[in-house]
Amino acid sequence: MRTKKLGRSNLWQYYAMLIPGVVVTFFFCYIPLYGVIIAFEDYNVGMGFSSPWVGLQNFRYVFNQPTFTRTIWNTLYMSVWKLALGIVVPVTVAILLNELRSDKLKRFYQTLIYIPNFLSWIIMAGVLMDILSSGGAINLILHALRLPTVDFLGNAKIFPWTMIISDVWKGFGYGTIVYLAALTGIDPTLYESAMLDGASRWQQIKNVTIPLLMPTIVLMTVLSLGSILNAGFDQVYNLYSPAVWESGDIIDTYVYRLGIQQAQYSVGAAVGLFKSVVSAFMVIVSYRLADKLAGYRIL
Amino acid sequence: MKKKTTAFDVILIILLGVICITCVLPFIHLLAVSFSSSSAVAAGKVGFLPVEFTPASYEYVISGGRFLHAMGISLERVILGTLLNIVLMVLTAYPLAKEDLPGRGILSGFFVLTMLIGGGMIPTYLLVSGLGLKDTIWALILPGALPVYNMIILMNFIRGLPHEVEEAAWIDGASPFQTLVHVIFPLLGPSLATVGLFSMVGHWNDWFSGMIYMSQPINYPLQTYLQTLLVDFEKLLQSDSTGNIKDILSKMNARTGRAAQLFLGALPIMMVYPFLQRYFTKGLTLGSVKG
Repeated sequence: MRTKKLGRSNLWQYYAMLIPGVVVTFFFCYIPLYGVIIAFEDYNVGMGFSSPWVGLQNFRYVFNQPTFTRTIWNTLYMSVWKLALGIVVPVTVAILLNELRSDKLKRFYQTLIYIPNFLSWIIMAGVLMDILSSGGAINLILHALRLPTVDFLGNAKIFPWTMIISDVWKGFGYGTIVYLAALTGIDPTLYESAMLDGASRWQQIKNVTIPLLMPTIVLMTVLSLGSILNAGFDQVYNLYSPAVWESGDIIDTYVYRLGIQQAQYSVGAAVGLFKSVVSAFMVIVSYRLADKLAGYRIL
Repeated sequence: MKKKTTAFDVILIILLGVICITCVLPFIHLLAVSFSSSSAVAAGKVGFLPVEFTPASYEYVISGGRFLHAMGISLERVILGTLLNIVLMVLTAYPLAKEDLPGRGILSGFFVLTMLIGGGMIPTYLLVSGLGLKDTIWALILPGALPVYNMIILMNFIRGLPHEVEEAAWIDGASPFQTLVHVIFPLLGPSLATVGLFSMVGHWNDWFSGMIYMSQPINYPLQTYLQTLLVDFEKLLQSDSTGNIKDILSKMNARTGRAAQLFLGALPIMMVYPFLQRYFTKGLTLGSVKG
């Protein structure tokens, strides 16, 4: 009786339920979407979204700024490494955790590695600034070991790697749990027959665990492609300084400084639009790929 | 098949132990710093236990009032924001879960499109300012009032519920609203806990909207207030060095004071962490229910 799925009457009530969500989404998602036209205008506060039209001038201006093209490179450098290590590290840790014999210990370890994931980047930045400063814990240890001290946050050569490693450190617990969930679904008889064939622990990992983990790895990789232009605003903004702008300034921090701090709304919106278009393209491509390679659909 | 513990197992336990400990040691260090005296911290003597134990930093936090005030704003935001999120998510997810609702495709598209493209930081900022929401709590709550991704998780969960329960309600003459409130809503337990916790953590941890939408520091929610401490707590402490808290200030410095406030800012998350862990792990599988 498929036809009765909606109930007998009062169909209008379903639409009434949608009204608040539609209104809120229209206001705070679609009006700003319309607002991107200021990227083609010379915005002034008095005239709002109908300021004078200037075409592609803002785009031409910003793409001719060497500081802007630098941010694209910095963004890609950091985000690609974060994505790559954000897959390799959790997969490795999940495989190792899966090899633990004690379930209690496994759960205990999972509990510990998942904690940093839930803390805000403000807390994390505060912790990192404390332990990475010149008089902080890490440099005191390096000093005690008679190693040279490192300026993790102030040296432009090192800064991107401080970001990459601390980001992976904060987030790997999440990925580990995803992969571990996939691993618990593996049929244990596969391992038993591998053992009967005399496979060593390493051979079992290589020939049973990794191949069965592959669909999840592909899915997670593909889904993360959509955020290729997100190098982590919350993290970078709270840890960078003018001294490391040459390697640490990313698209989002650039938009923020230009658009909000310097009130160059039109130029900021132009960069934001460029980023949204590229990201939307990547999201569509990645969902297509996810559907094709892993049979994953969100809707 | 039980096997004997080998050297491999021992190495594994130690290796994983080291990896896991790096996830908590920095916070233990932070806690130790917050309870140590300023001189011990400055001399680099503090490891994972307080040295020259003193609660001075915490006394400062409470006496100043700024921290507690910002925390109050955050609590207000978490409660209002999460309630609003839940109401809007449930109200939107339920009709969209009805596969034969006329116009469902277009309506779903209307919401899903916002996940693909958005106006970005600047137009949203201009809109919120234009609506006169700056320096009100609504600037922190309304722009994200309907989290679309979580709404879809909820919608997929509703679709997975057995139809018989609804049909029984309809035979009794219940309208869609009554069905939602009395039949569906009580069944949403675990999935609602999951998306509700997502919302709570999101509201608690967000600092950026506080920074751009609040022009008066007095309106900052906690994470935004903490952000200002990362930048210039030293200056703030100097301006405080008068009156009755002089005694407290002699035993603390910017590092211990900052550590105390960061630790307190993380504490609520740590307290709900057992629930977070349980439901977030569940949420991972909820989203993959296919339609």
